[in-house]
Amino acid sequence: MDFSFTDEQSMLRDTVASYLADNYAFDARRAAIKSEAGWRPEVWKAFAEELGILGAPFSEELGGLGGGPVDNMVVMEEFGKALVVEPYMGTVVIGGGFLKHSGHAAAPDLIEKVIAGDAIFAFAYAEPQARYTWQDLKTTATKDGTGYVINGQKSVVIGAPWATHLIVTARTGGGQRDAQGVSVFLVDKNAKGVTTRDYPTVDGQRASEVTFENVSVGVEALIGAEGHGLPLVEKVMDEAIAATCAEACGVLRRLQEGTVEYTRTRKQFGVPISSFQVLQHRMVDMFIQLEQSISMTYMATIRLSEEAHERAQAISAAKVQIGKACRFVGQNAVQLHGGMAITDEMAIGHYFKRATMIEGVFGSTDHHLARYEALSFGKAA
Amino acid sequence: MNLDFSPEDAAFREEVRTFIAENYPKDLRAKQDSGEQLSKDDYLAWHKVLAKKGWVAPSWPKEFGGTDWTPTQKYIWSEEQARADTIAVLPFGVSMLAPVIYTFGTEEQKKTFLPGIYNGEVWWCQGYSEPGAGSDLASLKTKAERVKEDDGKEYYIVNGQKTWTTLGQFADWGFFLVKTDPDVKPQAGISFLLIDMKSPGIEVRPIITLEGGHEVNDVFLDNVKVPVENRIFHENQGWTCAKALLAHERSGIAGVARSKRGLERLREMATTEMSDLGGPLLTDTFFKRKVAELEIDLTALEFTELRTLAGESSGKGPGPESSILKIKGTEIQQRLQELALEAAGHYGAPFLRDLGHNANIGPSYADGVAGDYFNGRKTSIYGGSNEIQRNIIAKMVLGL
Repeated sequence: MDFSFTDEQSMLRDTVASYLADNYAFDARRAAIKSEAGWRPEVWKAFAEELGILGAPFSEELGGLGGGPVDNMVVMEEFGKALVVEPYMGTVVIGGGFLKHSGHAAAPDLIEKVIAGDAIFAFAYAEPQARYTWQDLKTTATKDGTGYVINGQKSVVIGAPWATHLIVTARTGGGQRDAQGVSVFLVDKNAKGVTTRDYPTVDGQRASEVTFENVSVGVEALIGAEGHGLPLVEKVMDEAIAATCAEACGVLRRLQEGTVEYTRTRKQFGVPISSFQVLQHRMVDMFIQLEQSISMTYMATIRLSEEAHERAQAISAAKVQIGKACRFVGQNAVQLHGGMAITDEMAIGHYFKRATMIEGVFGSTDHHLARYEALSFGKAA
Repeated sequence: MNLDFSPEDAAFREEVRTFIAENYPKDLRAKQDSGEQLSKDDYLAWHKVLAKKGWVAPSWPKEFGGTDWTPTQKYIWSEEQARADTIAVLPFGVSMLAPVIYTFGTEEQKKTFLPGIYNGEVWWCQGYSEPGAGSDLASLKTKAERVKEDDGKEYYIVNGQKTWTTLGQFADWGFFLVKTDPDVKPQAGISFLLIDMKSPGIEVRPIITLEGGHEVNDVFLDNVKVPVENRIFHENQGWTCAKALLAHERSGIAGVARSKRGLERLREMATTEMSDLGGPLLTDTFFKRKVAELEIDLTALEFTELRTLAGESSGKGPGPESSILKIKGTEIQQRLQELALEAAGHYGAPFLRDLGHNANIGPSYADGVAGDYFNGRKTSIYGGSNEIQRNIIAKMVLGL
């Protein structure tokens, strides 16, 4: 058993942290998310060329840094601290995950493009009726000669406005909610029949409603085996959840530390409000939530390599902890900052917004509690 | 970063598992199974087996009898003990007093007291709390005045009252916090004394708790004569010892392995007990959710403890972070007791203690769950209440 980071991982953390300190201050981020593009392609270019971090979780054989889930965790935690919006999650964690695990013929080429910053992915999985049931799909991919024709609508595809490619879940067989019949496709965003409606999200990201109307793709667009895509989706999704937990730890740390700092400087009744025990104990409870979240993120990240059942149970347990912590720490950070926290000019509220969205990302607390129960107690229970 | 157990760790697990299976005292097991009250010898039976094996105090420095186990081995050891449902080695000597002696004591004191603690020959009790000094421990009033007797030796004459002295009815010796200087700020006038419980002037009176048990006591000290050489560390610097002791007390308090075992038992109960809708209680939507949330919180605590242990292994002692383990550990123990009582339904009510250990009404798992619940309320109160732990984190960790 070992909870230490390798020298490479510590260096990775320092590299990311120091770049973000110089280039990702609150005001710079605020200007970027309000700009028309909503992000800074030059930051992405720096991630690829200056920092080389887009290759963090890929093997050296593929041109990466030779890391894995722990390296994603390190990067995402730092991103959480700075509220980075650039699409590392969609591109490196999710896109990279699908490419690595599927053994797709074009994977080496595409991963090379990812590492160079030239390929950007967005994961189009959610549908209006499906909530958090990944296999609930109305989107269909119908066999057409050697290829497929895709039809359907995808909701809130994070990062889609910036993407070069979409990774799409679609049904090639079975009923709307069946586990069988799920397939995964890689679609060029400029393909004929793909239309997007782009918009900002409440936490400063960009997303799209994506419609597929008779989109023709070749057989090479299929990632993994036709009709048997669900286990692959669940695996990549679990990796994405672990990375989200890591991001949350960064966000929670800023909320907790920022609150401690603020209460030490804010004076009422002639004294810093940090001297009040009722506030001290609240901040201790926030700190405990943060510590428990870090523990669960380590646990979940390490267990990503286990069998599907153990992996899923660990991931859902972590997401439950993270979801509860995001709500408790976020709401109390605002409460202890007072009215200032709900102004747009103060950073704390922006961390609160991201924390709140993380509660629902890839499944709400209730969703993951139910998933955990099914895995821990068995279907009979 | 990994959770792998090395082949050496796996072999170690096998070794300790076999050792426990082959050496755990059979009549102690029988008494535990029947719920019979344990005697002084029962409490010490397992301790003595471990002492003989050399495993009674894994965390002590090697020179005094520690095992030099890695954090992983210590983790395995506590897991295997919980799995086999062994009784815990009493903490008073081994985990509370001994670290104070080997950290602050003289060579003479180490030689005199550590072997008795290790072998279980001397039963220690704790004289900290007083009727007027609970959370505000430093306000204690038990007074020790230094006098020179006719034999030419110096003594402390101790007067006062201590309370909540756990298993003090069996104790041979006690470690006491006493006031040696009433005129300075409270923390600066306290000394740490070791007192022979057979000394004239000591009276131990039982306190009976809600579940009918006699675990805790009042201890009265009336002109008790204590040789000056029984003081640990400098006069008026006992608070330093007291704080160090409390940090050690807190780190063991998480009780992760025992709670995991408790959770298994709860799940067994909830598989047998029926829900209102028929079918096992564990299929009840609301009960199931409470168990799931408890299980997840326990996992979080387990990994927080593992992170703390990993930090300790790189040279840091248990710090103020161990207050987190105390808070979360005791909350989880109490939630387990709460859910066990809920699960027992009607059969939480029968109170069988005075009917003798063969009494049996309702399912055997229901016997004692109410008592455990009532007795278990102590855990968030003792060892520095959970509110005091929050004060400690606020001050020492958050710098407030």
